[in-house]
Amino acid sequence: MSAQDWAYLSNYAIYSAMALFTLAFFGHAYETAWAVRTPIASAETEGNLVTKTFDNSRTQKAMRIATAMMILGFVFLLFGVIARGISAGRVPWGNMYEFSITGALAFTGAYLFALRKYDLRWLGVLVSFSVLLTLGTAITLLYRVSAPLVPALKSTWLVIHVSAAIISGGVFLLANVIAAAYLYLDNMESKGPRKVWAQRLPSLDVLDQLSYRLVAFVFPLWTFAVIAGAIWAESAWGRYWGWDPKETWAFITWVAYAAYLHARVTVGWRGRRAAWLCLLAGSTFLFNYVYVNVWGTGKHTYSGL
Amino acid sequence: MSEKIQVPELGAAGLARYFWRQLTSMRTALVLLLLLGLAAIPGSLIPQNSQNPMAVTDYFEQHRTLAIWFERLSLFDVYSSAWFSAIYILLFISLIGCVLPRSFEHFHAARALPPKTPKNLARLEHFQSWSASGEELAIAKEWLRSKKFRILESEGSISAEKGYLRETGNLFFHVSLILILIGVLIGGLFGVRGSAIVSQGERFVNNATSYDTISFGQITNENSLPPFTITVDKFVAKYNTLTSAPEDYTLYVTTVAEPNAKPIKQVVKVNSPITFGSTRIYLQANGYSPVVTVQDKKGNVTFQGPVPFLPQDGNLRSIGAIKVPDGDPQLGFVSSFVPTYSRSSDQGAISVFPELLDPKLLFSIWQGDLGLNNGKPQSVYRIDTAKMKQIGLNSLKPGEFLKFGEGTITFEGVVPWVNLQIVSDPGKRYSLIGGIVAILGLLASLFTRRRRIWIRVSAGEVEVAGLAKNGAPGLETEMAEFVTKLRGI
Repeated sequence: MSAQDWAYLSNYAIYSAMALFTLAFFGHAYETAWAVRTPIASAETEGNLVTKTFDNSRTQKAMRIATAMMILGFVFLLFGVIARGISAGRVPWGNMYEFSITGALAFTGAYLFALRKYDLRWLGVLVSFSVLLTLGTAITLLYRVSAPLVPALKSTWLVIHVSAAIISGGVFLLANVIAAAYLYLDNMESKGPRKVWAQRLPSLDVLDQLSYRLVAFVFPLWTFAVIAGAIWAESAWGRYWGWDPKETWAFITWVAYAAYLHARVTVGWRGRRAAWLCLLAGSTFLFNYVYVNVWGTGKHTYSGL
Repeated sequence: MSEKIQVPELGAAGLARYFWRQLTSMRTALVLLLLLGLAAIPGSLIPQNSQNPMAVTDYFEQHRTLAIWFERLSLFDVYSSAWFSAIYILLFISLIGCVLPRSFEHFHAARALPPKTPKNLARLEHFQSWSASGEELAIAKEWLRSKKFRILESEGSISAEKGYLRETGNLFFHVSLILILIGVLIGGLFGVRGSAIVSQGERFVNNATSYDTISFGQITNENSLPPFTITVDKFVAKYNTLTSAPEDYTLYVTTVAEPNAKPIKQVVKVNSPITFGSTRIYLQANGYSPVVTVQDKKGNVTFQGPVPFLPQDGNLRSIGAIKVPDGDPQLGFVSSFVPTYSRSSDQGAISVFPELLDPKLLFSIWQGDLGLNNGKPQSVYRIDTAKMKQIGLNSLKPGEFLKFGEGTITFEGVVPWVNLQIVSDPGKRYSLIGGIVAILGLLASLFTRRRRIWIRVSAGEVEVAGLAKNGAPGLETEMAEFVTKLRGI
């Protein structure tokens, strides 16, 4: 097959993955909404407040189908990313379109990986929605014709540095989603008991621990991504650290997560404060990805926009 | 009746101790850490002298008043400013003050045995008890040894601890951060960094005057430059025919490490610099140098050679200035060069491909005073035409010449130029070692679980219990394994 065939194949795979993620999204939305049961009005309930109850026996199937769609979507997306790489004859990390599809892959991967250990399926709606959003933006706004790399990117460090950064990003974002869920539920609980649809979500304690574990797990990888970037910068640009905007924001993200880990381990922060700090740290990563890539100046302008 | 509250006298030493305690407290370190992140932000949004001095000049022209205030607050040099330095120096002092005492403590603790088995195990986590068969202590000792626990045996009980690596890793991580900073410092003191534009066919001799820009570390000067020379033999750039994006740059050079040494042919690429001792040479940017000859009315050559032009876009439309100060009157050619010529209705001459398919030199001719003698630094790509008057406008292809009022200009051809970045940074190896140790330390400290396990056999009863520090997970399964082993199930 020619390079162009592979490029087309990649695009089809990504469109298919989007379709599958859409199905997964509807599946998850359905099971979230239909798991709340309102009893049929009868003589007994008449005049009383109708109490909704949580009952997901009817929606188990939808949930399983949604997860299957998610896995299938991941496989298609994986194929799409690989095919993109084959068509360009290099790792598929040369511009922002490719960063985005790989980032969506890493994010879905992090979710599915965590799913093996924790029942995170309640997160499915959010995960499938954000993956759809990322892929949609990528294919409409960021799409670029598959082409070889510019000379500065031709290095084995591309594989090492970028893969470490993308995986870290995927896990950071998952931790962020969980921290956000924590804050939302915490707010809900402070006003009274949880709403029915939220009853199946894990306890605040579990969410708190989970977002911390994800960050602690991936922080060394992020450190590695920054240091690998510094080593690469030394061989490409003649200095290992130059406060280029991308480097600066990578440093800020690192400092923010370091502060988060210290706050938890040494000072003993938990709950709201820790979740806010986690969100703050995660948003510095997002800012770096979006702002510095698209509008920023400096040496990391590979978005191709 | 009011009584004066007795405040204990702090005194100078007490005050100093108080500030030291505050500075080295975790809370202060945390605040400083967040502050450092915050302080790094403006440097990524406001142009920096260290990266883009042209943008700083532009900023001054566009926002005069604001720029003056930015200047006063060192916002154009954030990362070398007093306030930024103050934050990280305080942070590092705080870090040292925190890490040093802990290192001593850990050094002692690492050689000590675990504390004695507590009296009442039943109050601890993971407690289990059953009737003894008599072999439990021996089995426990063997199992704990095989799992590399540290063991303290006493009458009828064993106290075991594991996971000292956590604190060791933690300390190594923090010490390595100091090493990274030392590396940066050494680079700042002993490093040299400069760049030079060299056209194909020209030779670069490593002395201070050959550089376009050069900056020395605090304790280095031009005598510390190693005496190598680099001749640019050939530069080859390949571009994508569809997108015009560069695909490959290769620079072929002949280098002489020191006078009378044997010349060596070498290749430089963007990601693979060449090395002389601790100095490395990087290929940074490139462009085209039109080669021109200018003769005066009598036919004497007043200027000859390649003139580097500054690329303006991806297709290498370039601007430049050919300055002829030796003629009378002085001449200047305000020029632009396109490697593949085309015309666009709104921009005039444009380039449609970065390779030399249809090169063309376009220029306006000026005569008068180039302003080179008033001591003001001038851009090599621009001409200050304030004291000059325009006497012509034309364009040439390679090999063509033009006669004008004051003489002749011949466009001989085009050669590429490269921008060599020449860097010596003796501190970088320390930073690299620091970086590697930092990651290893981090891994050790985040993935090691420190925990204790106890077993006591008394009055025919076996009691076991465990304790995980920092609530680390996994002790439950370990305890289960331990108990299974003991009970021989």
